[in-house]
Amino acid sequence: MSAETAEEQDLFEDVDLRGIKIRGWLFHAFCLVAALFGVVMLAMLILDVLWEALVGFAIGLDPITFLTSTAHRDPFSAGFIAAIVGSIWLMVFTVIFSMALGIGTAIYLEEYAPDNRVTRLIEANLTNLAGVPSVVYGLLALAVFVNAMRLGPVILAGAIALALLVVPIIIVASQEALRGVPDGMRQGSAAAGATQWQTIRQVVLPAAFPGIMTGTILALARAVGETAPLLMVGVVLESGLIPGDPFSRFAAMPTEIYYWAFRPVTEFHHLAAYGIIVLLTVMFSMIASAVYIRNRYERIR
Amino acid sequence: MATSEPTVDDLAPTLETNVAADEPPADAGEASEETVLHASDLTVYYGTEQALQPVTAALPEREVTAIIGPSGCGKSTFLRCINRMNDQIDGCRVEGKLRFYGKNIYDNDVDPVALRRKIGMVFQKPNPFPKSIYDNVAYGPRIQGCDDDLDATVESALRRAALWEEVSDRLDESALDLSGGQQQRLCIARAIAPDPGVILMDEPASALDPIATTKIEDLIEELAEEYTVVIVTHNMQQAARISDRTMVFLTGGELVEFDRTAKIFAEPEDQRVEDYITGKFG
Repeated sequence: MSAETAEEQDLFEDVDLRGIKIRGWLFHAFCLVAALFGVVMLAMLILDVLWEALVGFAIGLDPITFLTSTAHRDPFSAGFIAAIVGSIWLMVFTVIFSMALGIGTAIYLEEYAPDNRVTRLIEANLTNLAGVPSVVYGLLALAVFVNAMRLGPVILAGAIALALLVVPIIIVASQEALRGVPDGMRQGSAAAGATQWQTIRQVVLPAAFPGIMTGTILALARAVGETAPLLMVGVVLESGLIPGDPFSRFAAMPTEIYYWAFRPVTEFHHLAAYGIIVLLTVMFSMIASAVYIRNRYERIR
Repeated sequence: MATSEPTVDDLAPTLETNVAADEPPADAGEASEETVLHASDLTVYYGTEQALQPVTAALPEREVTAIIGPSGCGKSTFLRCINRMNDQIDGCRVEGKLRFYGKNIYDNDVDPVALRRKIGMVFQKPNPFPKSIYDNVAYGPRIQGCDDDLDATVESALRRAALWEEVSDRLDESALDLSGGQQQRLCIARAIAPDPGVILMDEPASALDPIATTKIEDLIEELAEEYTVVIVTHNMQQAARISDRTMVFLTGGELVEFDRTAKIFAEPEDQRVEDYITGKFG
């Protein structure tokens, strides 16, 4: 027995794993810290905002007034409703413009476009467009839609600026989803005597739908919090009027938060915290619905 | 029905031997039955590469024609000419004629979409749509606009594809939850649901286990009572078991021999075919 054990020990004597194992462990630890960093930052952000809001509540800022009133000189009577409605208007038109353009482009590039130099040029440019800073889209919307087309600084112009911003993201996400549909399905549909339109409508789009929707909603969740393009277009920083149609001037949630955060009257800082909570709630529910849609449709598939 | 069946059974072998005896081997392409597909000098190029040497052959109605040959010999290329699926490949060019009941399907006035409504296809890899079992089978009839009494059409197609018993109580479940063999039979049901007349199969059992393969093979023999079946297979035993006629393609896209399956496997004309079948080549 003892001879055998000695022999076994000898067998692995030349294998020294200590150095490489320590390196492995260090790398593992680094990755864990990196992963925790984001979570900790998000938690700190939310705690900070909640604390600010709590202090606001303690000094007598009424959340109901906040959710039902428009802007006011007195922070205790000021509210967010004009900005909330403004952001909803913006989202509605951003969704319409960006989904039509984004999904349309993605379908063209993946399903119809011939594989030639022009197509590749378009694709390369889309990737670049996705990296353009949002303030540039604001400038573009200001020059073209607000001024040249005389739309004025209205909701429609703001929605166009936001749509331009998210369209490249929607295109790339939708392309990815369309590429994920196996070619065998397209061929199976064609072999059944379907036209290309029928194949796209009946087979490809339903199969790619969860991916397209997930990408679109995530892009829109980003758009709802965008500040810079709206500032360029000429958003009303603090509005006393609830916009009634897409050709009204408007306030939006992120810009009103931005404005309040820089007001010298400290009560407004707490109102900004209230605003952030509303904005984050909207964003998180959009992200949650994206996850829900993806899970739901993946189960059906 | 019950009394007439034995008669048919008794007659069948006689008929078979008669035809085989009467028919000179060289005439194998020109069958006494009605010809469904008639290729004359059908040639295919991918870019500058010739994938198919001129093929001339006549495929009779309601028979199983097997296409065998080594990899890259053009057997799938020939199959995909029949429903013009090659049209979807960039740089593919087809010359010569392929007549479907006398009409050249490569004439300018033939729409490939219309053609594919008369010629169904089953692929190598099962490719069900991410829809329910019912919607998969109903797909063809629906897009072709003949959706009256869809329930009956779906049930009949599933029965003919020998899948009804296994799925009748879960037609609304996703087709992707079926096993590989079931998926392939579902694809067969999908292909026959619009009643196409001709069914093309591109190695339909190559991705399946032996039990599922046996089921598909039994199914193909039954389908041949109603449909003309053209099947590509790399499995020679399978071709011998299920087909009435066999086309042998060899490297370079050349149709070397086309004859009754029994003849091909017993006494092929061409030495290369014999070598291929006995495993000396390919």
